[in-house]
Amino acid sequence: MNLLGYSLHQWVFGVLSFITIVFALMVVFSRNPVNSVLYLVLTFFGIAGHYLLLNAQFLAIVHIAVYAGAIMVLFLFVIMLMNLNADDEPQKTMSSKIIAGVLGGLLLFVIVGVLRQTAQILPQTQGAADIGLVKTLGMVLFNEFLFPFEIISILLLAALVGAIMIGKRETTESKL
Amino acid sequence: MSLGIAAYSTWWERKFAALLQDRWGPSRAGWFGLLQPVADGGKMLFKEEIIPNVANKFLFVLAPALFIITAIVAGVLIPWAPGLKAGSHWYVLQVTDVNVGVLFLLGVTSVGVYGIMIGGWASNNKYSLLGALRASAQMISYELAMGIALIALIISSGGSLSFSEIVAGQNEGVANIVWQPLGFIIFFICALAETNRAPFDLAECETELVGGYHTEYSSFKLGLFLFAEYINMFVSSAVMAGFYFGGYNFPFAQEFYAAMGWHYGDWQISLIGFGAYFTKTLIFITLFMWIRWSIPRFRYDQLMNLGWRTLLPLSLLNLALTVGIEYLRGHLHL
Repeated sequence: MNLLGYSLHQWVFGVLSFITIVFALMVVFSRNPVNSVLYLVLTFFGIAGHYLLLNAQFLAIVHIAVYAGAIMVLFLFVIMLMNLNADDEPQKTMSSKIIAGVLGGLLLFVIVGVLRQTAQILPQTQGAADIGLVKTLGMVLFNEFLFPFEIISILLLAALVGAIMIGKRETTESKL
Repeated sequence: MSLGIAAYSTWWERKFAALLQDRWGPSRAGWFGLLQPVADGGKMLFKEEIIPNVANKFLFVLAPALFIITAIVAGVLIPWAPGLKAGSHWYVLQVTDVNVGVLFLLGVTSVGVYGIMIGGWASNNKYSLLGALRASAQMISYELAMGIALIALIISSGGSLSFSEIVAGQNEGVANIVWQPLGFIIFFICALAETNRAPFDLAECETELVGGYHTEYSSFKLGLFLFAEYINMFVSSAVMAGFYFGGYNFPFAQEFYAAMGWHYGDWQISLIGFGAYFTKTLIFITLFMWIRWSIPRFRYDQLMNLGWRTLLPLSLLNLALTVGIEYLRGHLHL
């Protein structure tokens, strides 16, 4: 199916990208922190849509379950409890604004530089239709990339223990 | 269909509660009070709708819609009956089959938290906010144990994440409950907590929180919240029946079909399969109600202790046991 010279796939990609970028901008521009978080959730849904377009159903679902379903709920939790609003928004000094602007610009520079390189590796990543299925993914993870996979699990375990340690120390101190 | 079931679940809930408490229950509207849900729905529609002045209007209106949409979406995965064959074409009696079905289910339930949280926050009422926080903390906590119980289930049922394949894998007559008794108990308790049903309905504990997260809601928006709760209950009952009790399969189904001379694809098998699945689901819904009218509500710290200190270690133990048993089964060719 063609529409104005673009295939349906390209149309879906374009619309999805547009929605995702608009929501991402709304995260930054909205004044109310709760609205920001909700826009971020919508942005994650947009990104999950992109995963679906790339035939990566597993990644899409995990993205929604983990980011939208768990992490953002905790974000929302904290922000709702703090009940931030425009009145107690911290006023930033001019110098911090300039520094933030320069740093953001540098980050953009790095990202653009990296993305320019993707054109060279793109042809290799175009796989079969079942590339994103759990089975395929599991096979690759537990054969080809077993060692990095195990390393990541140790890293996560360390982060888990660290988080518990930080949480614990605070409770013991408050008792003292 | 979920909507009809949910409506009549409310009727059955009242009737069943009445039975347990030795009273009649609804008896005026229609035969045995069967028109009661219709009357309730009509009443909800014609009530005056109040949106609090201090509420965030857009989110206030959005929340109940979001909650009921996620509740309905979770139901699309249920494979109600064996496929139907007409000519050479197979009709699958399931709205859609996703190959990561189990994860999809977990994802949808975790997104369902937003309906409650947004509703509670947008009401701009401290009781609503507290109710919403309770509900969401509870859902996040119990999701963990539920997920781990499901991993064990998937390992012992042949490693497929697709709902229809899990159900179809049980058609030899052995339901997953035989291999996963502990997993089922964990899943059942978590399902009670996830649907915010008693004894886990801390989110709407009247004595502490007025009405919980829907304190400020009136008219049909309140109706949507209450309705979604029943849909959630229906879907999780169907999921339990499918995951652990064979779904549309029943003992000696193969022998029975063979004796009657039917083959998969015949309408008789689809009809009987649907009947079997539906009966199991209704039994679970009744069990949910039975528990609600029998067991008093937990205290909140008890609820969190149960979730994190009892169910989570138990589900990990269950996972370890399952992996061990599967390993032995694979090696001893049992």
